[in-house]
Amino acid sequence: MFKTFPKGGIHPPENKITADKSVIVLPLPSTVTVPLNQHIGAPATPVVEKGSAVKTGQLIAQAKGFVSANIHSPVSGKVSKIEPVADSTGYKQMSIIIDAEGDEWVETTDRSATLVKEITMTREQIVERCRDCGLVGLGGATFPTHIKMTVPSGKKCDMLIINGVECEPYLTSDHRLMIEKGPEVLTGVTIIMKALGVTQAVIGIEANKPDAISTLAGLSKEFAGISVVALKVKYPQGGEKQLIKACTGREVPSGGLPLDVGVVVQNVGTAFAVYEAVQKNKPLIERVVTVTGKSVSRPGNFLVRIGTPVTTLIEAAGGIPDDTGKVVNGGPMMGKALALTDVPVTKGTSGIILFPEPESRREEMMPCIRCGKCSSACAMGLEPWLLSVLSERAMFEKAETEKITDCMECGACAYTCPAKRPLLDYIRLGKTTVIKMVRERITK
Amino acid sequence: MSSTVLFTIIMLSLLGLLAAVILYVVAQKFKVVEDPRIDLVNEVLPGANCGGCGFTGCRAFSEVLVRSDSFEGLNCPVGGSETMGKAAVILDRQPVAVEPKIAVLRCNGTPEHSQRTSNYDGAMNCRVAHALYGGTTACHYGCLGCGDCVTSCKFDAMYMDPVTQLPVIIDDKCVACGACVKACPRNIIELRKRNRKDRKIYISCVNKDKGGPARKACSVACIGCGKCVKVCPYDAITMADNLAFIDSFKCKLCRKCVIECPTGAILEINFPVKEEKPAGHAVTEVN
Repeated sequence: MFKTFPKGGIHPPENKITADKSVIVLPLPSTVTVPLNQHIGAPATPVVEKGSAVKTGQLIAQAKGFVSANIHSPVSGKVSKIEPVADSTGYKQMSIIIDAEGDEWVETTDRSATLVKEITMTREQIVERCRDCGLVGLGGATFPTHIKMTVPSGKKCDMLIINGVECEPYLTSDHRLMIEKGPEVLTGVTIIMKALGVTQAVIGIEANKPDAISTLAGLSKEFAGISVVALKVKYPQGGEKQLIKACTGREVPSGGLPLDVGVVVQNVGTAFAVYEAVQKNKPLIERVVTVTGKSVSRPGNFLVRIGTPVTTLIEAAGGIPDDTGKVVNGGPMMGKALALTDVPVTKGTSGIILFPEPESRREEMMPCIRCGKCSSACAMGLEPWLLSVLSERAMFEKAETEKITDCMECGACAYTCPAKRPLLDYIRLGKTTVIKMVRERITK
Repeated sequence: MSSTVLFTIIMLSLLGLLAAVILYVVAQKFKVVEDPRIDLVNEVLPGANCGGCGFTGCRAFSEVLVRSDSFEGLNCPVGGSETMGKAAVILDRQPVAVEPKIAVLRCNGTPEHSQRTSNYDGAMNCRVAHALYGGTTACHYGCLGCGDCVTSCKFDAMYMDPVTQLPVIIDDKCVACGACVKACPRNIIELRKRNRKDRKIYISCVNKDKGGPARKACSVACIGCGKCVKVCPYDAITMADNLAFIDSFKCKLCRKCVIECPTGAILEINFPVKEEKPAGHAVTEVN
């Protein structure tokens, strides 16, 4: 049978409405808002000023420090403002606003569609290029790619795992990418393998995407060392640790990183971006976003420039249906509801889902009946009910010993809870507090 | 028979004596000398264990009081000058006069003043909501309305007003322990000097945005125009990050700034309604 991870997991309805919808290239927006913090780490520092003329793909903000990423102009035109703008959380953060005029690219980018399979760069050059092009993990966590590509001294990496799981319901952007850009994705995988110095790569894909599995399995024969593994459909298989366990049987120790078991995990979207950056010298300025929902009139997968307003994207899908109760940025399990729809698409936006009012509403919270459903759903083997209560009562030391920092915030616990308790809300609060506590202890 | 009884009595007496000696030696060796004044001071403290003094409870505070040479910087906000005076008598120290304080809510973002742009249906906890998103209005500095401050208050001095969706502080019950100040993730609640008849003048806003966006988000926001700074005769008002601040210890409650404020962000509370006297008069009266 198909492989999967052993502990916990749930089976939410898949609702992959847009699975057979080809990626549509969206027309250029008239203005783009590019936030300076689209990645984990320090926000980038702007290198353009108000009034500067920029070309598509030009560097507009420089990475600040090691854990940070460059940001490039997604359009050509003029910088109209650099000011704080509300992002998807409703908080304001520094953003560069550019009025688009035409689409004039920087000369260094190769915009032809020809597939370049031959890798001429050295390991160092590949990592350097990924950093210059501002690549971040496109699975949602937006961790700068160049850091994950550098194996620290003392650690050993012998395998690359490519995450093509897309276990979140509704989302299909990675699925479409695998079908439509198979050779590019596989070349990208080969490039990452070279950068890491590994000889084998495994692409994990859930069995609900048979077309993607057959496409990539067929193509992978031409690429040395790449194999495709079909996985049983189960959420949260896309979690790094779950995927490693499912594909290799290795278990990442608590508090450890995939590198502790000799593995690096990258998303298929990232592999495609690596291909474009290394072979075509194209910075990360666009991505595929799924816009979907049960009452959306024209749901689909769209290739959009970073900084395009979400409203433009929703209009392309037929506008906001009247019965919409919530607009979620990301997948239905881990995504966050938007406080405003007038926010830009960022490097981490994988999908926009419009939920009808009855589905979006949270049901009334009841007392915990200690049924233990959350504990059996937790893929990390934690006890969500306990962690939630500990966080609620501010018992953070105890929460730390109960391994609250191992939680990956997949939301399986809150999904299964028959008492509809906001388990994840409290666990997330406890987790951030504990991480802060630990950090203070280290600096002391 | 009698020898058995005698033997038992002697044996038990010897054992008792031995135990007494051991107990005596141990008691002498591990004796903890505690200042008897700690208990005396502890008795005059309110015993609420609220932590308002900055220590873990009343007992811990009594120990600190006995240990320290002067009362400078030490205060029991619940008991105030009266309690501190009693403690000073016990410890034979110079009492330091402390101004009584009161908590005020620096947000007036009622649904009437600040339009709701989204609904929140997550866990009713301000810290959760604060970490998650900017809030139900366009102002991401203002009150989230989940009532963490009300839960934190040990003196029943707060409640949520269902109409304004803001917490209300009951002046008579507030002891300025500062629990709500710590509980609020947005730092909206401030401890200010308690004036006669609980009169208060303060900027009821913490929005640091520029004038335009601040006003757009809330009709009673501080827009940082600086008019109040100019009109204040006592230099009590300062401006930082587009937000005015009235120093409650410099303010003489003249109310000139209240009239000057174009948005109505400065609130005057507990003043007689009809009184329309010249500012100079008000100063002498309040003092």
